[in-house]
Amino acid sequence: MTSTMIVLIVGIVVVLMAVYVSWRAGRLDRLHIRLELARESLEAALMRRRAVVLELAGSRLLDPATSLVLAAAAHEARIAGPEEREHAESDLSRALRAAVDQERFREKLSESPGGGDLLEELEAAVAKVVYSRRFYNNAVAVTRTAQRRWLARTLRLAGHTEYPQFFEIDDNPPATMATE
Amino acid sequence: MRVGIVCPYSWDMPGGVKQHIDDLAQALMAQGHDVSVIAPAADDDELPPYVTGAGRAVPVPYNGSVARMSFGFLSAARVRRWVRTGEFDVLHIHEPLIPSLGVLACWAAKGPIVATFHASFQRSRAIAVAEPLLRSALEKLSGRIAVSDAARKSLVEQFGGDTVLIPNGVTVSRYTEAEPLDGWGPDGATIGFLGRMDEERKGLPILLEAFSVLAAERPEVKLLIAGPGDAKDVYERVPKRFHDRVTVLGMVSEADKIRAYHSVDVFCAPNTRGESFGIVLAEAMASGATVLASDIPAFRKVLGEGQAGALFANGDPGSLAREAAALLDAPERRAKLAAEALVAVRKYDWSTVARDVVRVYETVTTSSAGRVEEDL
Repeated sequence: MTSTMIVLIVGIVVVLMAVYVSWRAGRLDRLHIRLELARESLEAALMRRRAVVLELAGSRLLDPATSLVLAAAAHEARIAGPEEREHAESDLSRALRAAVDQERFREKLSESPGGGDLLEELEAAVAKVVYSRRFYNNAVAVTRTAQRRWLARTLRLAGHTEYPQFFEIDDNPPATMATE
Repeated sequence: MRVGIVCPYSWDMPGGVKQHIDDLAQALMAQGHDVSVIAPAADDDELPPYVTGAGRAVPVPYNGSVARMSFGFLSAARVRRWVRTGEFDVLHIHEPLIPSLGVLACWAAKGPIVATFHASFQRSRAIAVAEPLLRSALEKLSGRIAVSDAARKSLVEQFGGDTVLIPNGVTVSRYTEAEPLDGWGPDGATIGFLGRMDEERKGLPILLEAFSVLAAERPEVKLLIAGPGDAKDVYERVPKRFHDRVTVLGMVSEADKIRAYHSVDVFCAPNTRGESFGIVLAEAMASGATVLASDIPAFRKVLGEGQAGALFANGDPGSLAREAAALLDAPERRAKLAAEALVAVRKYDWSTVARDVVRVYETVTTSSAGRVEEDL
């Protein structure tokens, strides 16, 4: 085998490796973008749910006790630090279930002026928290797998992005709003 | 919102997935969305204006059955052009694990992509071999929907992650008006059944046993059965003297199925288990039939704990016979249950299902997600 042949083969191998590595890196980069978007939409969904609950609590359509429970839970969720967020959002889900699953809650609310629209908004907000959290946790799982790959770790393909964390909360909707 | 929907199976063949897509597309358009569907179809096929053909479909054996799908350079190029020129806000791919247009669309597009999984599948060599390939296609999906628990379970077991569950809908308006079958009509004494006759969990044997009891007490009671299976199995389970009061239609067309719902006084769903969502039950309710169903959790939920239809103890022919007799004797109660059923079934109407699907679209189309673009 001549030295040109060896150089040629080594060259081809190097090019192929480079192509493979850049393909892997591109894939990982795409996963990071998807994760970022999923996080954004989860944040938006949680914020929306808090806002709708606060509006409902302040609407004077509910009895004062229910209003207080809802307002307190939504407020706690809003001011919670990163450590307490999952707890506070779960508590908000529980408070919502306690309020909405009261007997004749839906009928009463939809009879009052503006109540029907609020109820619909709440239903959409609750469903979107469920949806966006599923999608976010999916994105976390695939990104984690990709980051853990030998190649990604050795070449530090993930750069400085941190290892993504699942968002685990109780987001079960009230029984009368259950979509599943 | 501008939605691009990808159908994996030939548009000219009837089938569950194709029907789902057509119903979804129409419900979305009725809500003011702009929809374009791409599906395998020959160039000379008659297609509705919202459907684009992606080339002739060929029958291919895949994962245990034969389906009409399209793939290859021509289809790939057409899918790519459709994605490029479509300017979709969201792309909705159905059955992305099937080697048809869904996989092609996954390769050709990037941006907000949602997928719906319909079939449940077994772990198979074919899937195992294709797994790395399918995995990279799945990575592009921002949102995943399953239509049943079974579909969700097989996806999660094979590929991990999770899905949201949005069951199939019923186009209620398609069922509300129909003529009874010739020679039939609600006459106060007709009980109906629809479903596979040979499938144990559909519960036909329980109904037949109950019918034998009823028939002995009531000379006018008749039974109308429709669905695939062998009529001989049915007659073997009924005493010979009642044979002339049991009619087995076998497989019926979609139109005749609706007419059959309109031909009975009591529609019986004796399923013993399964049925994450009783589509047959919902169809009967939409047709205005009075429903008598087993009290399995899924049916209790659909029937509002007995508000929109009568229930009997699951697996108990005696309970079925008693409840059926009570219903046949009370035309006013039947009418009331049927009216309640028409209200309750609205929850399963396609408009409600489409609303949930739109919520999924809205979840993945945040402002920074941009539009669907061609992936070069």
